[in-house]
Amino acid sequence: MAPFLSQYIWTWLAYTIAGLVHVVLILNLVAVGALVFIWLERKISGRIQDRLGPTRVGGKFGWLQTLADGIKLLTKEDLAPAGADHFLFRIAPYVSFCASIAAFIAIPFAGGEYPWIAQHLNVGVFFVLAVLGLEVFGVILAGYSSASKWSLFGAMREAAQVVSYEVPLGMCVVVPVLIAGSLDLVVIGDSQAGSLLNWFIFHDPFTFIIFWVYCTCATASVNRAPFDLAEAESELVAGFHTEYSGLRWSFFFMAEYGSMFSVSILASILFLGGWHGPIPVTNFLDLSPENGPVLGYMGQLIGAVNVIGKGVFGVCIMMWIRWTLPRLRIDQVMATCLKYCTPIAAAMFLGATLWQLQMPGKAFFGLINVSPSVFAIGDGGSATRLVKPAESKQDVNEQDQIARKKPASLELAQKGL
Amino acid sequence: MDSIYWPTFFFYLFSGLACAFAVAVLLSSNIVRMAFYLVLSLGATAGLMFLAGAEFVGAMQLLIYVGGTLVLLIFGVMLTSQERFVVMKTWAGDWVKAFLAGGALLFILAYAAFSIPEWRGIERTEADAIVAQPTVTPIAMGLLGARTDDPSRAGYLLPFEIVSVHLLVVLIGAAYLARAKRSRSSIEKI
Repeated sequence: MAPFLSQYIWTWLAYTIAGLVHVVLILNLVAVGALVFIWLERKISGRIQDRLGPTRVGGKFGWLQTLADGIKLLTKEDLAPAGADHFLFRIAPYVSFCASIAAFIAIPFAGGEYPWIAQHLNVGVFFVLAVLGLEVFGVILAGYSSASKWSLFGAMREAAQVVSYEVPLGMCVVVPVLIAGSLDLVVIGDSQAGSLLNWFIFHDPFTFIIFWVYCTCATASVNRAPFDLAEAESELVAGFHTEYSGLRWSFFFMAEYGSMFSVSILASILFLGGWHGPIPVTNFLDLSPENGPVLGYMGQLIGAVNVIGKGVFGVCIMMWIRWTLPRLRIDQVMATCLKYCTPIAAAMFLGATLWQLQMPGKAFFGLINVSPSVFAIGDGGSATRLVKPAESKQDVNEQDQIARKKPASLELAQKGL
Repeated sequence: MDSIYWPTFFFYLFSGLACAFAVAVLLSSNIVRMAFYLVLSLGATAGLMFLAGAEFVGAMQLLIYVGGTLVLLIFGVMLTSQERFVVMKTWAGDWVKAFLAGGALLFILAYAAFSIPEWRGIERTEADAIVAQPTVTPIAMGLLGARTDDPSRAGYLLPFEIVSVHLLVVLIGAAYLARAKRSRSSIEKI
C-alpha cells in the first residue's frame, strides 16, 4: 500500500497513512469484536440458562446493551486503592490490552500473493505465540500493584497457569508448521487451499487429535472457563481485577476478548484452512488476482470474511464451554496440562512427524494426493517468495535441503523427546 | 521531508527507548517497577532486531528474555520477599563501583565497535540495494546440520543436540527440586 501511495504523495505521508490504516483496522476489529462478543456472551449464556438475556436496549435483541454498558463504565469513578503502587496499577490494563492487540499485527486475514496482513512476518506463528504470552504480564502487574491478597492470588494462579500451558500449546502449533514446512502464517494457510479435505485438521489422525488438545490449551491460556481460576468468584472475589473499576476494568475485558479472538483465528489458520473455506467458492467463481484486481479483491474479501467467521465460531464454542462446564480446581488445571495435554501433544507430534515421513504430499488421512502446485507453496514457499530471482541458484539448493530435512527432524524428535 | 531515512529514524527511536528504560531500571528503587522497565527495554531491543530483518531473533527475544523476566519476577522476587513492596537502596560507594565497571565495559565495546571498518555506516544507495534475506530457513537448516550459505561446511547439529539434552536435564532437575516433598514418616507409613 505504501509504495502505491508514494507514487502520488510524499513518501513519509504515504507510509504514515498506510500504517494508520492498518492500526485503525486492527484496533476496530478488536474493539468492535469485544462489543459484539460481550453481547453474544450475554445472549448465549442467557439461552443456555433458559433466560432471554438482554432484550431492551436497542430493539428486540438488545444488541446495543454493550454500548450502554460502555457508557456506564465511562462515567464510573477511576478508583485506586490507598495502598496500591499507583503507577503500575494505572498502567497494567494497558499492558494487557497492547499485548492482546499486538498479536493481530502478524495475523493474516487473506492469503495469496498479496496477503491481507499488517506486517508480513517470516516467523508469524512464533511472533503471535510470543506476544500472546506477554498478556499475562499486565495481569501480574495488576495483581501485584493492587495491594490486595485476592488480586495477588489471582495473578499468581494466572501466571502459573499460562506459563504451564505454553508448553503443550507450543507443541500443538509445531505440527501444522511441520506439515506446511514454514513458520509463515500466510504459507500455512495457503498450503490448505481447496476444500475442507485439505485442512490440516483432517491431514492425519494425529493432527485431528492435536486440534482438540490445541483447543483445550488455547482456552486455558486465555483464561476462559473452565480454566478461569485467576478470577474465580467463589474463592477470590474477582481475582486480579478485584480492585479495578470503570474503564480500566473494561480494558482487561477487551484484552480477554481480543486474545480469545486471536487464538480462535490462529486455530482457524493452523488447522481449519484459514481463508480457504469448507467449499472453495472463490475457485468456482474464479475470484483470483489473475482475473483482474476487482475479482481478486472480491476473493480476498470472501477469504477475510471466512477467517473472521471461523474466529467468531471459535469464540462461540468457548462461550458454550464456559456456560456448560464447571470450573476446575487449581490442581486439576495443572494435572490437565502436565499429565494429559503435554504427553498427548508430544506423542501426537512424534506421530505426525512419522506420518509426514511416510506419506508426504497427501491430505485427508493420507487418502488424497495433494496436487503438486498446492504442495509447492508449502514446501519452501517462503524462501521462493522472499528471495529475489537473482538468488535462484541458492534457492534450488534450499529446496534440495528442505527435501533432506525430514529424516533429520525425525531424529531430533526422537532424541529430544 | 523525503530526506529522512526511516530505518535510521526507527533505529534511533528503538535504541533511545531501550537506553532510556535501561536507565530507568537503574534509577528505580522498587523491584517490580525495575522488572517492568527491564521488560520494556528488552522489548525495544526486540524492535531493533525486527528492524534489522532478524525476525526469528526478535521473536526469540520476546519469548525468552521478556517472558523469562516475567518468570524471574514471579518466582525470584514475589515468592521470596517478605514485605509487600520490596524497595532496594543503593549506597554511594556502590554507585561509584558500578559506574567504574559499567563505564569500562562501555568504553571497550564502543572502542571495538568503532575500530572495525566493516561496521561503519554505508551509503544510502548501497543500503537501498540490499535485499532482505529470509533468516529462519538458514538458521533452522544450520541447526539440522546443513548450511545453506556454504554447503561444504558442517552445520551445528552436534552443539544443538548437546544443548537440547542439557536443557532436558535442567527441566527434569527443576521438576525434581520443585516437587512437593513428602515427609519421611509418611513414606514409611505407606
